[in-house]
Amino acid sequence: PFWLKCAEGTPTQFAKSSLTRLLAVNLRASPHKMGTEAMFAVKGKDFVIIAADAMTAFSVMKLKDDYDKIWEVEGKLFAASGPSADASNFMEFIEKNINLHTLRTGLKLSTKASANYTRNELAQSLRKKGSYQTDLLIGGVDADGPKLYFMDYMGSSESVNKAAHGYGAMFTFGLMDRYWKPDMELEEAKDIIRKC
Amino acid sequence: MSYDRAITVFSPDGHLFQVEYAMEAVKRGSAVVGVRGADSVVLGVERKAVAQLQDARTIRKIAKLDENLTIAFAGFTADARVLIEKARIEAQSYRLTCEDAPSIDYMARHIAKTQQSYTQRGGVRPFGVSSMISGFNADKSPQLYLTDPAGTYSAWKANAIGGRNEKAVQEFLEKNWTASLAEADAIRLTVKALLEVVDSGSKNMELAVSRYGQPVRILKEEELEVIIADIEREIEEAKKEAAGASAAAGTSMEI
Repeated sequence: PFWLKCAEGTPTQFAKSSLTRLLAVNLRASPHKMGTEAMFAVKGKDFVIIAADAMTAFSVMKLKDDYDKIWEVEGKLFAASGPSADASNFMEFIEKNINLHTLRTGLKLSTKASANYTRNELAQSLRKKGSYQTDLLIGGVDADGPKLYFMDYMGSSESVNKAAHGYGAMFTFGLMDRYWKPDMELEEAKDIIRKC
Repeated sequence: MSYDRAITVFSPDGHLFQVEYAMEAVKRGSAVVGVRGADSVVLGVERKAVAQLQDARTIRKIAKLDENLTIAFAGFTADARVLIEKARIEAQSYRLTCEDAPSIDYMARHIAKTQQSYTQRGGVRPFGVSSMISGFNADKSPQLYLTDPAGTYSAWKANAIGGRNEKAVQEFLEKNWTASLAEADAIRLTVKALLEVVDSGSKNMELAVSRYGQPVRILKEEELEVIIADIEREIEEAKKEAAGASAAAGTSMEI
């Protein structure tokens, strides 16, 4: 099953949707183990919707099929793919630091600021102790509208309307390009995610 | 210039004068009252009159340490700021390591440990701050902790630090605190205790109410005004009754 998370102006709601299970495919070992995981996101008129698969595997064994890869930090959604060690270690670190910032200043970081902070941590780590093998999709809704960021494990970050990670991205980018349009309603966006 | 000479040294009769002087600095700070209820903890602070050109909103004496921990302090604001910053980092660090919220006892102990370490190091002076921390245990029981410049920490049912007359407020609380106070009663007790040393008026005090599992609530000015007005009315009526009773006693004596 896929976990769907939707960031709107109001507290986040999430719904479980039963779609095709993603099978674990054992690939040749590569420095960046890409692709057995899939995540998609689209930006709507006043919301961002992020979907991530719920599988975590070890070699050919599927350990869990209800693993939540979408983190909620101060109202922003972070979908983190990659080996769960890297993803959870990195995201826990980001989460605690963003929470500390809110406690210190009494203000919530904007989506842009959160994304920039995250990409900086990725970039610095890459040049110090090595990379966190985690690609991210970051979404949030601020006063000036919804924002979606596509981020890869090296720290490149781009504000986009639609994004996807993993091998699944190869198949779905075309789909999203075909069906996405500006200022979509929630149902239209859900439809695209369903297609993905 | 080496900084290995301790500033806090023992006096011949066993006093740490620097620590005691730090406690004097706390007494000169504005008052803080803490009251533990049956299922809530109330922290009340005195808001000293601000200069005309100053923006009162930027003077925050009640700070959030972590999701469920609130702290109020008496003494040097600058010292308190440093202490609170250290505590906030420690709380998040604890959460990063243990993936769990730190208990109020842990946080109080950490702050107290920090304060103590500054009484036993070279080249530093103690923090001129006493703090009151409100929170809840895992079993949902309300907790109120106190730390002082010496680095002692302890849990209290109710206490007061700083302000014009710390002793008087403490005695007032001792006389009037009862177990199992409902939230509204805990709030009233805090306000009454503050009124012992603070000029009346919602502009001169700020109250923070904590309940288990909920974000801390700072009482709005209007709410506070209503409570203060009510308490003052109560005091007035009590005075009138006392005056009436003594007058009646007087006339009966004449007959």
